[in-house]
Amino acid sequence: MSEPIAIHAPLTPRVGMAGFAVGIAIVAFIVVVALVGNTFVPHDPFTQDLGNRLKPPFWMEGTQGEHLLGTDQLGRDYLARLAYGARISLLIGIMTVITSGLIGITLGVLGGFFGGRVDDAVLFAITTRLSIPVVLVALAVVGLMGSGLGLVVATLGLLLWDRFAVVARATTMQIRNLDYVNAARCAGASTAHLLIKEILPNIASHLAVVATLEMALAILLEAALSFLGLGVPPPLPSWGLMIAEGKDYMFFSPWVIMVPGVALFVLVLGINLVGDGLRNLLGAERLR
Amino acid sequence: MLNLIARRLALGVLVAFTVMTLAFMLTRLSGDLAISIAGPQASQADVEIIRKAYGLDRPLYVQFFSWVGRAMIGDFGQSYFFKDSVANLIGRRLPITLTLGLVGLSLALVISIPLGILAALRENSWIDRGVTMFTMVGQAIPSFWLALILMIVLGLNLGILPISGTGTWQHFVMPGIVLAFTAIPALTRLTRSGMIDAMASDYIRTARAKGLSRARIVLKHALRNAAIPVVSIAAVQLGFMLGGSIVIETVFALHGVGYLGWESIAKNDFPVVQAVVLVLAAIYIGLTLLSDILNALLDPRLRTG
Repeated sequence: MSEPIAIHAPLTPRVGMAGFAVGIAIVAFIVVVALVGNTFVPHDPFTQDLGNRLKPPFWMEGTQGEHLLGTDQLGRDYLARLAYGARISLLIGIMTVITSGLIGITLGVLGGFFGGRVDDAVLFAITTRLSIPVVLVALAVVGLMGSGLGLVVATLGLLLWDRFAVVARATTMQIRNLDYVNAARCAGASTAHLLIKEILPNIASHLAVVATLEMALAILLEAALSFLGLGVPPPLPSWGLMIAEGKDYMFFSPWVIMVPGVALFVLVLGINLVGDGLRNLLGAERLR
Repeated sequence: MLNLIARRLALGVLVAFTVMTLAFMLTRLSGDLAISIAGPQASQADVEIIRKAYGLDRPLYVQFFSWVGRAMIGDFGQSYFFKDSVANLIGRRLPITLTLGLVGLSLALVISIPLGILAALRENSWIDRGVTMFTMVGQAIPSFWLALILMIVLGLNLGILPISGTGTWQHFVMPGIVLAFTAIPALTRLTRSGMIDAMASDYIRTARAKGLSRARIVLKHALRNAAIPVVSIAAVQLGFMLGGSIVIETVFALHGVGYLGWESIAKNDFPVVQAVVLVLAAIYIGLTLLSDILNALLDPRLRTG
């Protein structure tokens, strides 16, 4: 059986520490915006004002001072919606990584540690998961069961564990027979102790890199699902949904899709830069 | 070699069967299908008629095995919404998705292989950093957003390409570019790291010592070895691209299999949803099998495996 590898995993890119710093700054800024941003924006993200529809942002003509990033097709303040949208993206990214991490790391560590039949079963699960078209199945689940934040997280969590499993399995295999693990085994440590106290802490750094990649992927997928109308339900201002709602006006007012799109791009770029920096810092590229 | 293919084939069949089971369970998640097909205005009697007509009154395992049995011979049942056989629908739409996938993959290879080689030959130079930055950016751009930007710039401002639809070859250019972008980061990095490893190897040192020209060393000796993972990953990548083309097809209203999947999800047309999931998974399984065989052909060391 050939080894499934997570092919969307970037292989040894080096942007350097400057990239890492920029990534941390971006992510930190967006986290702060998500936590307290809306208290500083004078407008409510849900209040409609049909008399003030599609007002342009501050760098364009005809802008209104009070709406810094303009208003959407229902006259809602774009800056307020953008700040609130950061909460949704980050929440979905973090929750999905926790869910998929739990599934993937459990499977990967078990397969890598025990080998044999257990490993065959884990490899089969990974192979099967990779052959399932993620976007289509996620759309189908949300389409059939109704949209909602919790359902999106559960669906993405159940679909995005493959890379966690691949990396956890490979790294566990490399260390399962190292001296410190054998020493603990000889000292009479239980299997649970070996897995949790000896294996997990020593593969954690590699898993942290995977977590950043999966978080970026989850955020992009949520945006795509919401864009197709089967993700986070309106009126919640998911950035993907904001792009979808702005789509009908984009030929006349391109900024309605530019603003949330740039936000999404910058957040994902920031997370990827952090992951890249972590990888270089930990020398994780040796393990792929 | 035959042994390898046989084992991979058996695994593929097993995976396909598991995906079939999951696809079946997926469409049963929503509860009573007869009610959702009949719609909110239907009376109890209507629902019963529909339940009988579509065989939904039978036990679940009977429904499952009859679906699997028929799917084996290419009969995926009838679509409720399109009033046509699912096999016909998919047969009509598949060439469009495959064309899109091949256009996307070709574009991705044409861009990422030269970029990867360039970055590898000038490792740690500003070219290398630029290429790495380009892949980071490519990875962070949401594909549906890139699609909208291309529509505004190429479709509206420059007016050189049609914005949506399926009619001519021009309709495949923008979706192809967007799809290519989903594969370019991974393929570029793979080419780069493969070339760096190859250029540092003993056979390249030998070739240099023989006094071969640099172009010959790079293109003939290094690239051939660096290409092995790229070619095999490209096949797998095509599988991912076809599975992910649903977003791009929907944005551009390109009537391929992905668009069909989206339409049928919206219409609760579960036989179509099941079949589309299965067909996309089967294509992916077939492509990974092909990738393993290609790998074995390109790298004799793997043939005995």
